[in-house]
Amino acid sequence: MKRRQPLRAVFGIPFAIGLASFVGLVSALTGDGARDALSWLALAIPVGAVGWAMRMRKS
Amino acid sequence: MSTHTIRAWYLVHKWTSLICTAFLLMLCLTGLPLIFHDEIDALIEDQSTALSGPASSGSAPGLHPLDEMVAKALAARPGEVPTFMAFDNETPILTVTTAPRPDSPASDMTVHLLNRATGETVGQLREEGVMHFLLQLHTDMFLGLPGMLFLGGMGLLFVAAIISGVVLYAPFMRKLPFGTVRTSRSSRLKWLDYHNLLGIVALCWMTVVGLTGVINALATPIVEAWQMGELAHMTNAYAGKAALPPARYGSLDKAMAAAREALPGNNPQFIAFPGGAFSSKHHYAVFFQGASPLTERMLTPALIDAETGVLTDVRRVPWYVAALLYSQPLHFGDYGGLPLKMLWAILTIFTIVVLGSGLYLWLGKHRAPLAARVREVETGGAVVPAE
Repeated sequence: MKRRQPLRAVFGIPFAIGLASFVGLVSALTGDGARDALSWLALAIPVGAVGWAMRMRKS
Repeated sequence: MSTHTIRAWYLVHKWTSLICTAFLLMLCLTGLPLIFHDEIDALIEDQSTALSGPASSGSAPGLHPLDEMVAKALAARPGEVPTFMAFDNETPILTVTTAPRPDSPASDMTVHLLNRATGETVGQLREEGVMHFLLQLHTDMFLGLPGMLFLGGMGLLFVAAIISGVVLYAPFMRKLPFGTVRTSRSSRLKWLDYHNLLGIVALCWMTVVGLTGVINALATPIVEAWQMGELAHMTNAYAGKAALPPARYGSLDKAMAAAREALPGNNPQFIAFPGGAFSSKHHYAVFFQGASPLTERMLTPALIDAETGVLTDVRRVPWYVAALLYSQPLHFGDYGGLPLKMLWAILTIFTIVVLGSGLYLWLGKHRAPLAARVREVETGGAVVPAE
């Protein structure tokens, strides 16, 4: 990718990851069981993104 | 973004990071095992005290009276006075803290573990060992309040470094797709990419843990402000009265009954005795938990005249105490079971890599001219300054 991207494109995925993290941080505070599980899934997204980048975007 | 703007943000990022990195590395390395504090303690201490029975915070029949529990603890430390009593929501264990004086510092206190179902003493809490050492290092570096406030300041710098890092992420990634990791060209480029990737994915978590850490570092001034403001208002009628001597403390069970009547359906988390940091000089302060999972951490104090056992006032805590109460779980990561703790640990490791790679990147080129370093950010690492 050599073209300059608009800011929206640069921060699109980071914003989604940040939002997921925030949902994860808050949801386990609001209850147990399903809300804990949601928090694990949501906070696994930033961790998974790194794994994905290391496999798919390595050059 | 103009080169001039990038240069300004670059300098902010460089200096805020440089000042806090060593302390943040210490906080991450001590924080990592502390995430699993409970699990590690359970392994070390052989939990023969894994008990079942009615929760000590409840009012189930068969639970021994609170007055009896206090008397048991005091019998083990003759001449001392009670300062705290804390309850458990899962087991019949409760703790009674005793000290030489009502306002003794925490270091002079003894924490007694008692079983409220059997009425027996289980033992004393030992504030020693590796985990306690790590906790002290993490909290205040053994320097007390100044150490806590200092680490809080480092936390603020960390947040400033995160914000400036996000600003620099924009020009750096302008021509790169998300997640780019260029490992085959140079070691510098590889760590530059990892620094950006890990920093941006952990952004939200690092900011929340950083800010809640800052709030936790302010715990002492926050509690003092509450005691001098809100609590003083609640106990206005007692202002100017001499402190109630421990010999005249009335029945704790009677006080608890009065408190439960004021907040039916809620269970107590702890009682602060008169004369300490969490009560007035004349009251038992019974701190109740909220009844729902979300409000469980929101404590509401009921102030009971310690001599007569009559309720003086119940009032919700102010916003700054609420912020402190919610900052604790959000900093410790202990509110969503073991999987959440594991994610907390992985994100801590990400933070360590961000800090370490940042240090490496700075060390590798701190002699290069500023313009070359700014150019590196501007081009997404295409132009790597001479090392």
